[in-house]
Amino acid sequence: MSGALVVQDLQVAHGARTVLSDIDLEVAPGEMCALMGLSGSGKSTLLRSIAALQPFGAGSVTVGDFALRPGPLPPESRLRGLRSRVGMVFQAHSLFEHLTVLDNVTLAPMHALRWPRAKAEQVASELLETLGVRHRASAYPRQLSGGEAQRVAIARALAPGPLLLLMDEPTSALDPARRGALGDTLRALAAQGRGLLISTHDVDFARGHCDRVVVLSQGVLVEQGPAADVLVRPQHEATRALLQGTDA
Amino acid sequence: MRGDRTAVTRDSRLVGRSSRESRVTNVWRVLLAMVLTACAAPNAARPPFRWGGDAEGGAPFVEADPADPSKVRGFDVEIAGMIARGLGREPRFVQVQWSSIEQSVERGDFEIGMSGVEDRPALRAAHAVTIPYFEFHEVLAVRRADSARFRHLSDLAGRRVGTLGSTTAYQMLLDEAARSRLEPVSYDDDVHPYDDLVGGRVDAVLLDNIIAERAQRRLGAAMLIQAEPAATGHYVGVLASRDGALRDSVNAVLRARMADGSIEKTLRTWNVWSDAQGAYFQRVLAEAGTQGVAPVAAPDAAPDAAPAASLGIARGARSVGAYLPALARAAGVTLALSFLAMALAVSIGVGVASGRVYGPAPARALLTVYVEVMRGTPVLLQLFVIYYGLSGVVRLPAFVAAMLGLGLNYAAYESEIYRAALEAIPRAQLEAARTLGLTERQILRLVRGPQALRLALAPMTNDFVALLKDSSLVSVITVVELTKQTAIYATNVGSWVVPGMLCAAIYLAFSLPLSRFARRLERRWSAV
Repeated sequence: MSGALVVQDLQVAHGARTVLSDIDLEVAPGEMCALMGLSGSGKSTLLRSIAALQPFGAGSVTVGDFALRPGPLPPESRLRGLRSRVGMVFQAHSLFEHLTVLDNVTLAPMHALRWPRAKAEQVASELLETLGVRHRASAYPRQLSGGEAQRVAIARALAPGPLLLLMDEPTSALDPARRGALGDTLRALAAQGRGLLISTHDVDFARGHCDRVVVLSQGVLVEQGPAADVLVRPQHEATRALLQGTDA
Repeated sequence: MRGDRTAVTRDSRLVGRSSRESRVTNVWRVLLAMVLTACAAPNAARPPFRWGGDAEGGAPFVEADPADPSKVRGFDVEIAGMIARGLGREPRFVQVQWSSIEQSVERGDFEIGMSGVEDRPALRAAHAVTIPYFEFHEVLAVRRADSARFRHLSDLAGRRVGTLGSTTAYQMLLDEAARSRLEPVSYDDDVHPYDDLVGGRVDAVLLDNIIAERAQRRLGAAMLIQAEPAATGHYVGVLASRDGALRDSVNAVLRARMADGSIEKTLRTWNVWSDAQGAYFQRVLAEAGTQGVAPVAAPDAAPDAAPAASLGIARGARSVGAYLPALARAAGVTLALSFLAMALAVSIGVGVASGRVYGPAPARALLTVYVEVMRGTPVLLQLFVIYYGLSGVVRLPAFVAAMLGLGLNYAAYESEIYRAALEAIPRAQLEAARTLGLTERQILRLVRGPQALRLALAPMTNDFVALLKDSSLVSVITVVELTKQTAIYATNVGSWVVPGMLCAAIYLAFSLPLSRFARRLERRWSAV
């Protein structure tokens, strides 16, 4: 099955310590997949490996028709294909503090994709409108609330038009009402044909909005399947521990 | 028996105790004697006679004795010794920069300044001055090839002529410059003018014959001293204006040493005696009743330096109009030099910082060496190396050398500021930029650099204000900037009060607006 993302036999080690081992997962276009696990299970490492921010020792990562191989990270000039296909939203948003909201979103289209300013601003405005923060276009990141900053970060990641969107703990700074709104927004984005891989501790969010769940425990993929199955009838003790909110 | 042993024992303890007490008492007695002796010592012998001179001036005036550099020798050294012994005291040398002798003697750093101090009306007006003890000539030195065409100052219209700043010779050049567009070049020492003469940076040097002859011995046939002197001058000892009585005592000693041939013997030893000098001494002794007894307008009985100081302040205040144009020009030099050097420092600093953050290991190592050498050695030394040290390879104009010296030195400090600022940008920002498809160069230009600039602004402003003040060092390579011009002004009027206040006001006028601008920018950036 071809998907937005295919990860096969992925292995990541830090020195002698194995961080990820034999990870196989796929995310199909239009699918929202929750990547779950206790702290230290390897979720962030997996996202960073897919985004080519972290080298991996074995296996492969394929996004659309772009494949990453094990070994040292290639120079950025050879990662253009990946960058245009993968967008990433970081846990702390990492908006560029010296730029306005609009400038944050137009930066990549104008300089990485060389779009004319007018086109970049139009696409940016539409994205911000979709995410409900168009009225904050001239604000600076420090002037935004946590939810607003997150939506701007999503707009920024979507501006280049990626196939796959990676998100690291998008609900960590949001209240329940805003989590629901975010989930609806992400569902709408997925409906446009993008694949979404969302690292989260938020069981309710995963249960309420995601199609599939992948559970990691100590660097190993222990369980995956439809969210309704995994989160209601967990098979693995790590998943049960996660649902109970205790350490395995 | 037991009783006897006890008694013996008791007696032994008593004997032991009394021995110990006796030793302790003796120690206290010795200590007390030492204290009394120390207290009595100053009253028992007269204090040493402190005289100020500049050993950097070199032979035959004052130089470090090659056999024992902790001591000094020279004809000024020997004459100072004669004066001290004539007063029943031992001489003690105090090192002072030649150009600061007058200020230092008024301050009380020493009792008399002697180191080729030139007699002139302004000196007599501000201080107590001895009878002249040596007659010299201001002579023109030129390159041998120019000996026929540059015989007098008037032949040097449009030419550069070097001399020691704050001297009679410098004033002569300024006067000539007003007539003939001759360009005076002021030096802080009397060695480099002749080096630059031979090297082609100046066309002539006007200085004392003793200094010229010393340079001739060093440089040989490359230079020639014109036979006809440009002027005649005299060396004197300078005392604080309040020390008229001491000055009179010194004069008496000097006359006595002139009369008994001691000074002649010294001057012959140092190869500076001539028949003309002998004739001059005769004139001095013949005028013993009238010459040098009291300087014109020097208050003998003033208990403190206030009258001379107030004379200097009044002179300084009156002369503001005369010196303002020169100060304004020098201020322009300071400002231009500071801006250009800072621009150079920022450009090089950005390059060095980028290289140390992004470059390969060999480049990083080389740039680190550059930073450590530049920061670890005095900028004064670097200026000397660039201007004088490299003159055999590339002869840079003084202003360019000054700009390069300050710029290269401050680039090292700037690069550290920028490197720290770059490394302070959170890694997540750089990763976010990478995931958006920006190249490393774009990330530096669009994301990391602008944010690093905000962090670097405050320390950069600090550095610029520091550079503005460090620009005063470039006078050592003949650039007459604001502080040097102020020193010339102050030396000429005999007081630092008015010139110093003017100078400080001008520096503040430069630095305060800059600080204010930087603060406004910081506030604006932090508001967003």
